[in-house]
Amino acid sequence: MSYAASRISRRGFLAGGGSLVVGFALFPRAFAQAPPAGPGAEKAPKLPGSLEKEPMLDSWIRINANGIVTVFTGKVELGQGIKTAFIQIAAEELAVEPPRIELVTADTGRTPDEAYTAGSQSMSEGGTAILNAAAQARAILIGLAAARLNVPAAELTVQNGTVRAAGGRSAHYGELVAGQELHVRAEPTSALGDPGARRVMGKPMQRVDIPAKLSGGAIYVHDLRLVDMVHARVVRPPGYGARLRVLNAAEVEKMPGVLKVVRDGNYLAVVAQREFQAIAAMRALARAAAWNEQATLPAPAELYSSLQNLPSQRRVIVDGSGVGTGVGTIEAAYRRPYQLHGSIGPSCAVGLYKDESLTVWTHSQGVYPLRRAIAEMLRFPEERVRCIHMEGSGCYGHNAADDAGADAALVAVAFPGRPVRIQLMREQEHAWEPYGSAMMSSARARVDPTGRIEAWEYSVWSGSHNTRPGAAGNLLPARLLQSPFEQPVPRPIPQPTGGGDRNAIPYYRFDNTRVVHHFLPAVPLRVSALRSLGAYHNVFSIESFMDEVAAAARADPVDFRLRHVQDTRANDVIRTAAERFGWAGYRKRPGRGRGFAFARYKNLAAYVALACEVTVDHETGGVRLARAVAAVDSGEAVNPDGIRNQIEGGIIQSMSWTLYESVGFNQTRITSMDWSTYPILRMPNLPDTVDVHVISRPGQPFLGTGEAAQGPTAAAIANAVADATGVRLRELPLTARRVKDALGV
Amino acid sequence: MVRLNVNGREHQVDVDPATPLLYVLRDHLQLNGAKYGCGLGQCGACTVLVEGRPIFSCVVPVSVLEGPRIRTLEGLGTIANPGPVQRAFIEEQAAQCGFCIPGMIVRAHALLERNPEPSPAQIREYMRHNLCRCGTHMRIVRAVARAAAAMKTRAAKDASR
Amino acid sequence: MDIIFSHNAKRIGADVREELPVAADAKPARFHMSTRHFRRRALALVAAGWLGGCISQPAGTDEAPKTLSFEPAAVERGAQLAAIGNCIVCHTAPGGQPYAGGRALKTPFGIIHGTNITPDPETGIGRWSEGAFARAMRQGVDRDGRHLYPAFPYDHYTKLTDEDVRALYAFVMTREPVSAGRPANQLSFPFNIRSLIGLWKRLYFEPGAFVPDSGQNAEWNRGAYLVQGLGHCGACHTPRNVLGAEKNDLYLAGGEAEGWHAPALTGASPAPEPWTTDYLFRYLRGGLTDRHDAPAGPMASVVHNLAAVPEQDVRAIAVYVAAQMDPPTPERRSLRAEAGAPTRTEGGDSTLQAGATIYAGACGACHDNGRIAPYSGDALQLTYSTSVNLPTPSNFIHIVLDGVMPRDGEPGPWMPGFRGALTDGQLAALTLYARSRFGSGPPWRDVEGEVRKARTSGATGGG
Repeated sequence: MSYAASRISRRGFLAGGGSLVVGFALFPRAFAQAPPAGPGAEKAPKLPGSLEKEPMLDSWIRINANGIVTVFTGKVELGQGIKTAFIQIAAEELAVEPPRIELVTADTGRTPDEAYTAGSQSMSEGGTAILNAAAQARAILIGLAAARLNVPAAELTVQNGTVRAAGGRSAHYGELVAGQELHVRAEPTSALGDPGARRVMGKPMQRVDIPAKLSGGAIYVHDLRLVDMVHARVVRPPGYGARLRVLNAAEVEKMPGVLKVVRDGNYLAVVAQREFQAIAAMRALARAAAWNEQATLPAPAELYSSLQNLPSQRRVIVDGSGVGTGVGTIEAAYRRPYQLHGSIGPSCAVGLYKDESLTVWTHSQGVYPLRRAIAEMLRFPEERVRCIHMEGSGCYGHNAADDAGADAALVAVAFPGRPVRIQLMREQEHAWEPYGSAMMSSARARVDPTGRIEAWEYSVWSGSHNTRPGAAGNLLPARLLQSPFEQPVPRPIPQPTGGGDRNAIPYYRFDNTRVVHHFLPAVPLRVSALRSLGAYHNVFSIESFMDEVAAAARADPVDFRLRHVQDTRANDVIRTAAERFGWAGYRKRPGRGRGFAFARYKNLAAYVALACEVTVDHETGGVRLARAVAAVDSGEAVNPDGIRNQIEGGIIQSMSWTLYESVGFNQTRITSMDWSTYPILRMPNLPDTVDVHVISRPGQPFLGTGEAAQGPTAAAIANAVADATGVRLRELPLTARRVKDALGV
Repeated sequence: MVRLNVNGREHQVDVDPATPLLYVLRDHLQLNGAKYGCGLGQCGACTVLVEGRPIFSCVVPVSVLEGPRIRTLEGLGTIANPGPVQRAFIEEQAAQCGFCIPGMIVRAHALLERNPEPSPAQIREYMRHNLCRCGTHMRIVRAVARAAAAMKTRAAKDASR
Repeated sequence: MDIIFSHNAKRIGADVREELPVAADAKPARFHMSTRHFRRRALALVAAGWLGGCISQPAGTDEAPKTLSFEPAAVERGAQLAAIGNCIVCHTAPGGQPYAGGRALKTPFGIIHGTNITPDPETGIGRWSEGAFARAMRQGVDRDGRHLYPAFPYDHYTKLTDEDVRALYAFVMTREPVSAGRPANQLSFPFNIRSLIGLWKRLYFEPGAFVPDSGQNAEWNRGAYLVQGLGHCGACHTPRNVLGAEKNDLYLAGGEAEGWHAPALTGASPAPEPWTTDYLFRYLRGGLTDRHDAPAGPMASVVHNLAAVPEQDVRAIAVYVAAQMDPPTPERRSLRAEAGAPTRTEGGDSTLQAGATIYAGACGACHDNGRIAPYSGDALQLTYSTSVNLPTPSNFIHIVLDGVMPRDGEPGPWMPGFRGALTDGQLAALTLYARSRFGSGPPWRDVEGEVRKARTSGATGGG
């Protein structure tokens, strides 16, 4: 762990300014019982959210002499609206208006290390840190004002950054800190604002990033234009394990604008003055390269049987005795293919190597882990590498962003002194990104005479859902070098969050539950985190199976679920979704069906229940999601419209996965190279309506929401197709052809 | 030298005339609106208007664009003074990552110039050439309908003046 | 009337409640009599030189029995046959219910709308007996005895076996009934006079079952039966005379469909790489070959539907069609020799040079790269393209205007359209250039006129 080094280098970038040492006596009463900061702090109780990793308040919040507040976060904007939510949180607890707040997102030179922006944890980790840091900063500022104004803190009020005493005397934050830092260690508890008197949190606020995105502002790494910048493109091998046999680059080097051809083992890139010159040169370089390819992939028809035969690590994650055999036993098996992140903009990065320091502008989800990986790849000390986040096209997990960052690093070092912009081509993003892992599962259950599930057994087989950098071997470019880095053997993500076994434990109460995870360390296609990881498949499986068991028990799917939930918040979302959908009064019509599903993401984050209606065209097998109604409980809702946008987006994206998507391959190559070989949703196939009902719980902890709709959507659609047709489909995606085959004539 | 009329301004660009417009817009004219998404005319992220018609700028060489008026996202409004379609997208908060949205706005603009009162089905059919991956579709469609309504109100006001 | 599908006692179709008062008495014998009767009158009219007469046909209604029951195997076979017949295309409106009709078919004589062939009693064929259905298929008359326009290719379907007609009947009668009227046909005079079809039939329609060629093997004959009969390939690939009848002496010699040229499937095939059974099989199964254009225009749905057809039937079609194209003409042999050779040198007038620049910027990235590293735009090198070797530029122009796109949610070949990007003159320049650089034969004439024609007839494209 290079925490100290990174901290020093980060602080080196900060503008000067002495620390404000705030004495204990100045702390308001709420902190009186808190242990003192300092050397003994290791023994202190756990700090809220990411404060545990970065405990100093000035790592999170700074206030200048004009009272402008700068909030630092190690999390990044991925289009999920996190910047807006963080500004709302900081504005609320600091008692300032949102326009007074500037937010700085992940930069190894400036912000806290919050690892990745992933796993729907930005609110619970980063949001919680900012909430508490802001509350504690406000308390300190009030304490300073009390001292300056000589008035007890309890008699002071704050309004938009100005602390007021009775009689009109006041001091604004800028005056109080006088440009100094809040270099104070955070406390385990904070005097948080009254949830019943929110001004900014929980209120609709327009996203701060949207106007510039809609008017051509320089928002994305893709739009970064540095002085003297040049353009690079890479040539990737034609398939996994292909080796460069011959390269005749002489003609390419003579092409207009070409500045350099980079070759290092199987790694190829070209640098040119202009972007399109780089593309033309890349095409020529691809033609000039001959490869030895290897048949490393299974025959597509044998994918699932091949997965089951791979070496696996068996983990019993819930140790019930199982279902056994006998009367009333139901069983089923489910499958999910490899699926793409499919960012609309292929990954991009800008690198600059100058004065023995490398800077990479990247849309990676984790600038600190990427810095570690790049430093290892280049054999540089970490202090010589800085990674700065800028937005990219939505990633939905670990796509090729980090690979592009590594490309920028390699090419910048090979072509020093000038900024190098590199962007992957569409087919490079498609063919080489790490996919969401193919998975399979089997479920068994036994129902008692009262119609309750008395025993439940579930097994899931999956490759890894986390091969993110941190190690250089997880960067594709590093694996192509003359001295290649080996990919580290993936390890399963432990429960309670889990990876392939995420949401493999049903969020229902059964008398006897047994859940087994078969982790496959080495799978044929490159895989990593795709929005919701294994939860997509496990919720699809469990919630499909719940319907199958309900049917066997002759129970209504919604009633059947309510029969088995213990948690009142789960109960609330299920009832809300069913009511708003009109479940009870639903009239079935030919060619249409309804479906329901519920899950609590990771069994510890947001609750989502979803009811939907589909149409099924009997002649073509084509399925359309006609309408969807969701209810979501994310704890206290900071930006309800942000939550709606995330759930709505999750439903639509998951619908596309569920109806259309699977990565194609033959034994040597990936064949899903673009949107014609990997079709996704197009506008005419949208639902008529998608309604999202947010159940806010003021004062309750934030619960991650961004990935919570993926699994329930898949299951609700599959259940609705079964309702419409009487045929149960257990393999994704539910393509027209697959549905038609199942329906018969 | 290729002469292009972009957003009402004449530009002379020293570039191979076979270069697709997208790269000239981004690299030479430093306009961010049109995005590279696929380079194959499949996703619509690069959409711009040529004489009011939407084109995939990633596959159209500048050689055929000397003369006609080209409009990009930047020609439809600014951050300080957004055009009616941009305003509708802001009001509907119709963006997540936002990468596809410039193309969506440009294509929607072309639709509304030709058909000021599109039905929901017409909007969806016309927008089929543009892909979104965040799942912002419902908001995008609502924003186009909202823009149509706003433009109609505006036109009525102008007419009564 | 109940329509019962006996498999798993599951009912497909719907109740058809109403009874028809009309007597179900029409029999094939009687129908033949009336045909002869009509024929005499028609000839008399021709002799009089008067074409506007109104000729009526005695009503020949025929009621379906109250309960229809089909073997699942027959329904399944019917589904495959319907796919070979491409029935869904003409009998489904864009965005409409399958088989419910309403699609506008443009013919040189006006617009004819596909009929509703779902078993709806009022607007579909719910009241049709199997006999009535068979007469429509084989004789081109509807249940009431009126002549059907030959846009419905009964001139091909007449070759169908009883068993296949029965299977098709089983299939259509077990579809979901849809109540859907259809718009009136818009035919110009005198083609709007339905009874005159009788005259047309007298002249051109040759009823009769398929006769196998004993000199050929079973697979060839199976292919011939499917191609000549249900597949009705000649409806597009055989040229037609001024009255819209296929010219039998130019069987499969190249025809027209919806403004597209349907290339010759004979020894005069313009494909630079001669079609073999194997190439054709891959093509017809929806796979691309690396030596031929992707299915486009009206052919795209044919290939889409053949995916649901048993492999041996598709192979039989490929065997028979490949045999029609053998041996290649000398011209075709020279095409093949040129296709693999390096492309001809550039040059030519300013139009061709403008076309060359458009090609380089808009087309070359995908069509001219010869890449081996993964590249999605790994499109056909145009030296192998049939479209640049056709007698007319229509296919080339259609493809450039509107592109090629797979169905939503399904993988398939893709090309963007350039409708909004290219002016008529630019598209004409590109077309002439492509012909000159990659094609054979003389330069196409009036290319700009063809562009204008295609632009007004086509759909709105993406680009």
